[in-house]
Amino acid sequence: MSARPIATTRSAAGMPTGRLAVWWVIASEIVIFGGLLGSYVMFRLGHDAFADQAAHTNTWIGAFNTFVLLTSSLFAVLGHKAADAGDGRRAARMLYLTAAGGMIFLTAKAFEWTTEIQHGFTISAHTFWSFYYTAAGLHALHVVAGIVIMLIVAAQARKNLELQRVELIGLYWHFVDVVWIFLFPLLYIAK
Amino acid sequence: MAESIPVAPSPARAHDHEHPAEPGFIRKYLLSTDHKVIGLQYMFTGMAMALLGGFLAYVFRMQLAFPGIDVPLFGVVSPNEYNSLITNHGAIMIFWVAMPVLIAAFGNYLIPLMIGADDMAFPRLNRLSYQLFLVSALVLLASFFVEGGAFGGAWTMYPPLSASSEFNQTPLGTTLFICAVALEFVAFLMGGINFVTTTMNSRAPGMRMYDIPMVVWMIVLASILFMASVGPLVAGAVMLLFDHTLGTAFFDPQRGGDPILWQHLFWFFGHPEVYVVLLPAVGIVAEIITVFARKKLFAYKTVLYTAFGTGVLSFTVWAHHQFIAGIDPRMANVFTITTLLISVPIAEMMFVYIATLYGGSIQLATPMLWALAFIAEFLIGGVTGIFLGASGSDIYLHDTYFVLAHFHYTFFPIAIIGSFAAISYWYPKMFGRMLNETLGKIHFWGTVIPFNTIFIPLFVLGAAGEHRRIWDFAQFPELASEPLRNLDKVATVSLVIMLAFQAVFLFNFFWSLRRGQKAGKNPWHANTLEWTTESPPPHGNWKQMPTVYRGPYEYSVPGRDADFWPQNEPA
Ligand code: HEM
Ligand SMILES: [Cu+2]
Repeated sequence: MSARPIATTRSAAGMPTGRLAVWWVIASEIVIFGGLLGSYVMFRLGHDAFADQAAHTNTWIGAFNTFVLLTSSLFAVLGHKAADAGDGRRAARMLYLTAAGGMIFLTAKAFEWTTEIQHGFTISAHTFWSFYYTAAGLHALHVVAGIVIMLIVAAQARKNLELQRVELIGLYWHFVDVVWIFLFPLLYIAK
Repeated sequence: MAESIPVAPSPARAHDHEHPAEPGFIRKYLLSTDHKVIGLQYMFTGMAMALLGGFLAYVFRMQLAFPGIDVPLFGVVSPNEYNSLITNHGAIMIFWVAMPVLIAAFGNYLIPLMIGADDMAFPRLNRLSYQLFLVSALVLLASFFVEGGAFGGAWTMYPPLSASSEFNQTPLGTTLFICAVALEFVAFLMGGINFVTTTMNSRAPGMRMYDIPMVVWMIVLASILFMASVGPLVAGAVMLLFDHTLGTAFFDPQRGGDPILWQHLFWFFGHPEVYVVLLPAVGIVAEIITVFARKKLFAYKTVLYTAFGTGVLSFTVWAHHQFIAGIDPRMANVFTITTLLISVPIAEMMFVYIATLYGGSIQLATPMLWALAFIAEFLIGGVTGIFLGASGSDIYLHDTYFVLAHFHYTFFPIAIIGSFAAISYWYPKMFGRMLNETLGKIHFWGTVIPFNTIFIPLFVLGAAGEHRRIWDFAQFPELASEPLRNLDKVATVSLVIMLAFQAVFLFNFFWSLRRGQKAGKNPWHANTLEWTTESPPPHGNWKQMPTVYRGPYEYSVPGRDADFWPQNEPA
């Protein structure tokens, strides 16, 4: 690691710089998902035909994935706790479990999408499906990014380095989780 | 602080041991994480893009004034080429000139220096944001050379024109255009997070909220405004890209989509965006007029809260761009009212600046000329906005040259006059030498006078009913009357003159790098922290990091010998 500039180590606002930045990242992401989901809701309210299409989504897989993501978030919290206690090895283990949750989520998603596409529900089949794949795809992209970052952070945490990052990736992971909590009812439950 | 890693920076130079040997050219200029180098990279990239944008304007203005002419350096302009030219001119000037220069270049260069930090909070993220920005510019440039040519569906990218290559005839050009814009957004999101975090956390000891120089505030507010408004358009860009490449129908009414949705997503960003570029320019002007009037900024807090208010209000006016898009007339009323409301804070800022000038000992150095020109010219832009905000008159004026003249009277003062103000003011700090004053003044008048003779005729043309985005008015006999055609010629000739005068600036810029008078630390006798270190500042900015004791605008304080009082000078 190169030495940090003084700028990075100051905290005039009273919050560590890394955490502050992650909150801003989340704020900017909220507007992105907000715009997408807002557009979807406007469509949904104006077009009854959406409900017919939504009837073909697989609520069980959606529910399973919700459960998986929530559980993985729990591991992220435990990782944060371990990092606070200075136990880098345990923090890393928890992050590996969190990442595993993300992978299960993606696997279920891949299975689900394959089935749907085989049944003709492709991204251009209907505007509902366009939103479905775009929103869930954008979210899945965030899951992938989260897993990659998580593995990097965990590799360092194992050596007791940069332990503050365990909390930061956890924050981000909770956000990804919350986005899914919005997607699940909007895309799966509302039929 | 408990959670950050104990690097324990000694105030002396935490950096020194990091760079044992003098780094090579690539390490020093291309891969540097130094905020000053990155700022200059943004500035030079922006200047290069400005030359390109200016060239495009020259080509299509020639076609407008002299239809069918073989334009020198380009050739005959076909209708499709004309559309690509105006589209890319607009997009380049906003996304690849105004934003990189006003926000990214000066934000990067000035924020750490003005708040007394040695760098940005996240230097490597900063470098990444520039690199991404550069890629976005290259993607845009590439779109000129692909089959079918560059996108020509206007910078606003309205579907269905933008959503299907059946209509726009530029299958690859459109895809590249959308990707370039989206990449640029991501680059500025990353940059903005860095600016905001740095300003919140990395201020020098003693610098409280109201001690932050106005330009830093404005760049930070602009970054937040950008962040809050661009999200839906990022989503919209993905949707548009899918419509264009994957055959989805988000915006295709024939298949259940809604083209008006795009207009909402675009202008929900588009209107706040005009304040995103306005605010930094307003901040730059605040720094300059206080220094060259030797006066305290009139009503610092009012300016600040006005800017906050403008930011909030700017989210409520977007549909004034859609008065004739078939929106509900009752909604049009609401948006008329909000639009008229937003001119109040803007007018107030203008008055505050005039009050700052009042009774000052004004020195008309080049930076000051630019700053005063900003106030005078922007006023015209703001006032003409009111005609457009009233839905009744807008139904007539919409998409005419009146609108075009309106927003050039806002954007030109912001992006061009504001940038020249800032460059002429901070050049001594950036390069350690002064620009030549005589050349500076020649360039100033050679830019500002033609600017007015370009766009005043266009107001008249617009009021006479001439529509924008028309390749050759000879095809519309009722618009092709001799007096109107002559006004078009006046505008084009003025543009050529104005572009020619930019050579004076370029010469002055490069000549002064070597031959200019040595600037010293503080040639303008200014208060803010960047003037307390060497020109140009060393890596890490200060040998001894500064502490702040007062606000940035303590000029001509009674009872002091010097008429300025640097922020870092103990009482
Ligand atoms: C911050 C300075 C401003 C900038 C940079 C700016 C920029 C723009 C731009 C780029 C457009 C045209 C977009 C297009 O159709 O391609 C526009 C149109 C418009 N502007 Fe401004 N503007 C500014 C201030 C104002 C103000 C203060 C008002 C009103 C009080 C205003 C009212 C309007 C209206 C109503 C339109 C739509 C006209 C139409 O398309 O029919 N603007 N402005
Ligand atoms: Cu607007």
